[in-house]
Amino acid sequence: MPQLLHEPTPEMIAEEKIYRQMGLADREFDAIQELLGRKPNYTEIGLFSVMWSEHCSYKTSKPVLKKFPSTGARVLQGPGEGAGVVDIGDNQAVVFKIESHNHPSAIEPYQGAATGVGGIIRDVFSMGARPVALLNSLRFGDLNQARVKYLFEEVVAGIAGYGNCIGIPTVGGEVQFDECYNGNPLVNAMCVGLINHEDIKVGQAKGIGNTVMYVGASTGRDGIHGATFASEELNEQSDEKRPAVQVGDPFMEKLLLEACLELIKNDALVGIQDMGAAGLTSSSSEMASKAGVGIHMNLDLVPQREAGMTPYEMMLSESQERMLIVVKKGREEEIKDIFAKWNLHAVAIGEVIEEKVLRLEHKGKIAAEVPVDALAEEAPVYHMPSKIPDDYKAFQKQPVWKPNIQSPKDVLLRLLRQPTIASKEWVYNQYDYMVQTNTVVSPGSDAAVVRIRGTKKALAMTTDCNAKYLLLDPEMGCKIAVAEAARNIVCSGGRPLAITDCLNFGNPEKPEVFWQLEKAVEGMSEACVELETPVISGNVSLYNETNQKAIDPTPVVGMVGLIEDIKHMTTSRFKQAGDAIYVIGKADASFEGSACQLLLEGKASGRAPQLDLTVEKKRQAQLLQAIKKGLVQSAHDVSDGGLGVALAESLIDSGQGADIQITDDINCELFSETQSRFVVSVSEDVREDFEKIVDDAVYLGRVTDKPMLTISGNDGEVLKAEVAELEEAWKGALPCYMTKEG
Amino acid sequence: MKKVKIYITLRESVLDPQGQAVMDSLHNMSYEDVKDVRIGKYIELEMEDSKNLTNRIEEMCEKLLANTVIENYRYEIEEGVTQ
Amino acid sequence: MKTAVIVFPGSNCDTDMYCAIKEGLGEEVEYVWHDDSSLDGFDAVMIPGGFSYGDYLRSGAIARFSKIMPAVIQAANAGKPVLGVCNGFQILLEAGLLPGAMLRNKKLKFICKTVPLAVENAETLFTAGYKKGDIIQIPIAHGEGNYYCDEKTLEQLQEQNRIVFKYHGNNPNGSIDNIAGIINEKGNVLGMMPHPERAVDMLLGSDDGLKLFQSILQHWRESHAAVTT
Repeated sequence: MPQLLHEPTPEMIAEEKIYRQMGLADREFDAIQELLGRKPNYTEIGLFSVMWSEHCSYKTSKPVLKKFPSTGARVLQGPGEGAGVVDIGDNQAVVFKIESHNHPSAIEPYQGAATGVGGIIRDVFSMGARPVALLNSLRFGDLNQARVKYLFEEVVAGIAGYGNCIGIPTVGGEVQFDECYNGNPLVNAMCVGLINHEDIKVGQAKGIGNTVMYVGASTGRDGIHGATFASEELNEQSDEKRPAVQVGDPFMEKLLLEACLELIKNDALVGIQDMGAAGLTSSSSEMASKAGVGIHMNLDLVPQREAGMTPYEMMLSESQERMLIVVKKGREEEIKDIFAKWNLHAVAIGEVIEEKVLRLEHKGKIAAEVPVDALAEEAPVYHMPSKIPDDYKAFQKQPVWKPNIQSPKDVLLRLLRQPTIASKEWVYNQYDYMVQTNTVVSPGSDAAVVRIRGTKKALAMTTDCNAKYLLLDPEMGCKIAVAEAARNIVCSGGRPLAITDCLNFGNPEKPEVFWQLEKAVEGMSEACVELETPVISGNVSLYNETNQKAIDPTPVVGMVGLIEDIKHMTTSRFKQAGDAIYVIGKADASFEGSACQLLLEGKASGRAPQLDLTVEKKRQAQLLQAIKKGLVQSAHDVSDGGLGVALAESLIDSGQGADIQITDDINCELFSETQSRFVVSVSEDVREDFEKIVDDAVYLGRVTDKPMLTISGNDGEVLKAEVAELEEAWKGALPCYMTKEG
Repeated sequence: MKKVKIYITLRESVLDPQGQAVMDSLHNMSYEDVKDVRIGKYIELEMEDSKNLTNRIEEMCEKLLANTVIENYRYEIEEGVTQ
Repeated sequence: MKTAVIVFPGSNCDTDMYCAIKEGLGEEVEYVWHDDSSLDGFDAVMIPGGFSYGDYLRSGAIARFSKIMPAVIQAANAGKPVLGVCNGFQILLEAGLLPGAMLRNKKLKFICKTVPLAVENAETLFTAGYKKGDIIQIPIAHGEGNYYCDEKTLEQLQEQNRIVFKYHGNNPNGSIDNIAGIINEKGNVLGMMPHPERAVDMLLGSDDGLKLFQSILQHWRESHAAVTT
């Protein structure tokens, strides 16, 4: 970014409406003038522009987000800090959050994804927790396009580059493909950490006279206005904003992580916050605002990587791997020693003051003085108009759609080859998912499982969202996203604890998009209340549009569950020949929005699959009970592609086969995406016990030692496939796309 | 002050998978006239001038900057900007 | 037996190595910071995996000049077992304790998965618990594990039976002669790309790596007994 030799004067900013280039509206500028009682100077208007961006202020989503249930007996920290915290017993807690880095990744996929990972890791260790796992929820466009392939390849490389180097295992997540993401990929990174209760830290600048210290990497001009950029639509000019993308240094972050985890054990530490979006501005003003104090900083003392940086540039820089901390006055040397061991800066740059202002000193002058609450709390809140889209009305009226399938085998193989369904080995073999040697269930099963060393416990974790259901019906689709995440946790033998969410939507200024957001949040809230999984952290990413076209609404649910005893841990693969196979729940014709409809019709339409939360809850509880009693050999939820795909996934790499008899409508049973269903296998000797617990279990057949899937209906055999054939389709698809020249 | 420009490349006998990938890609973009691609590193040092400058540079290259098992290096010395 | 696990800035398998020895093997182990200069009192030295100094310049190139390295070289010269895994192997190569160098994986991608290894030499202090020809399942996780050496060195390695582990079946990274791990002439410095410390517990999928640590312990017990009697 070129240095502005002569910053515009307050008068110029007002008259020439320079604030508009920073994303502020006229009425917002008026409000700022009123709050200050004068015209803001260039630095000050910069502070407001980032803090009042959607990314930092949630100005359009706030009224909607209020609906989330965010409390619960186990919740130790809800939304509003770096990450949420949930009690898991034995004085331990799990800390987690998901965050988007969509826009930076669309422009510079490697660094965009890498810094997304870096940012979410900092959110977790700034709470005092040691990060133990990473997950990613990714969406890309049509893999036949060269640009999409490039974005996919680079995003995966960026995630690997950062996560592998810092030594936190990337254990799970999902990757889906749809042309609605062609120009606007979604890169949502989630981090999970572990902490002891007494170590929980918050971002508060308490104690007048205490010292504000800057730790970590130096500040450069990179990423200026990143938060504002994240709050705009992408268009042809977006590439020109490339300088806004920051470069990550995972090595630096590893040092910062270790140093901060030493720091939190020191009682001189008062508060700590990541310099993430809006860097020094948000960390300082939010910490002060939350503590009801002010902060005075001398910007001359900020470690700088480039010469001649202005206050505006320093305050708006989004250089990575930095933290702002507040420490007790007089204890600065101890803090410096901790960071010196790791070769890092720890520089006193200011102090906590009584007057609730952010005062910035630069070269002997006051460069800015702004009330902290005005920045952090008093951003305008907009109640956007919302309107039911015509599509939705039409979908609701559509008659039930049923596919006409001649060869179930052909459809099954084609489904297994769909990039969204196909094995993601190509992706996760690039991630170090084993480092820290606690990954008990690696990527590829329903949920990843990470044991907690020194205890019997383990954490199950997953991310989920089927955006096609949301396109048809955002409220129902979002309920399903929560339910599916919970199913994955339950299948692994865990009890769902809480969720973090990443709400990826289009431009909320469009009433139809805002309606989607409202309905999705309503659906998510309802499901979270019913399934007792409060929303403890999250992130909103709006304006996901390219050239005026919005993505499908994609509210990604990140869920963590607790496996009380590692011996309850269950995976999706069949274990032993002779075991009985059950499906929990009967199918009906729910093909709208299904993988089958996308495959055969090319697009989703109609009424989304319906979800009954009472049924969902009952089945999950019963399955978990059966798992805990040791009655279940394998469990897998029925999701994308239906029962056929679920059976194939349970077979591949199991070394087994299966003989299945279906008495109902074959196509519905195999390919419908009826909700709240599971495939489980059970030892012959405990079948009776299992059936007593699980009401809706329907016997399907047996696991065999011949690696072959045979499915028979009332009129005889309808599908016969070697497991190797299924495996080839499922595992071969992505490598095939990625080695083919674009 | 001198500006030292150091170029580090893989030895000829060593396969350069990165260079190979770039060449394949260039060929796909129909730059078929490209016959070989070798990817290396470029390092710039600003150094105080001294009598044994070249010795010191070579020493640094041998010890740290290049791994002579797989890499070759060469360097140029230019008049640096006075600061 | 008291083992040192060296920690460089950027090491990230240090804890895994520590736990493998403490919990898997049940022996005494301590972290040694790169800034220390002595390994007195330690019977074995582990250089763990990770990205020491961010792997900037070349993997292992900067770590090789750490303050602790002369002590590591001294321990090697004194005949103590020195094991370098992954980035640790790269550091041993850069330090000249083992011959050759590492190139980027042939397919240019980081690879993380459990792979079969063939035990080529079961007569070293690290592998006495295995049998020659054993196929063991050990995870790999690296972007630069494509081992390279010139032909003369390769011949030497082969003649002196210093190739300890080879990739069995698919070669994941393009290494010369499918090399996964090599040992020095004296037989007390082993470098390997695969991570035995990740394979010490069936809960994590394999405990085939445990025998490597048990072999070191067995060797120490025997040599210790020989000295004291």
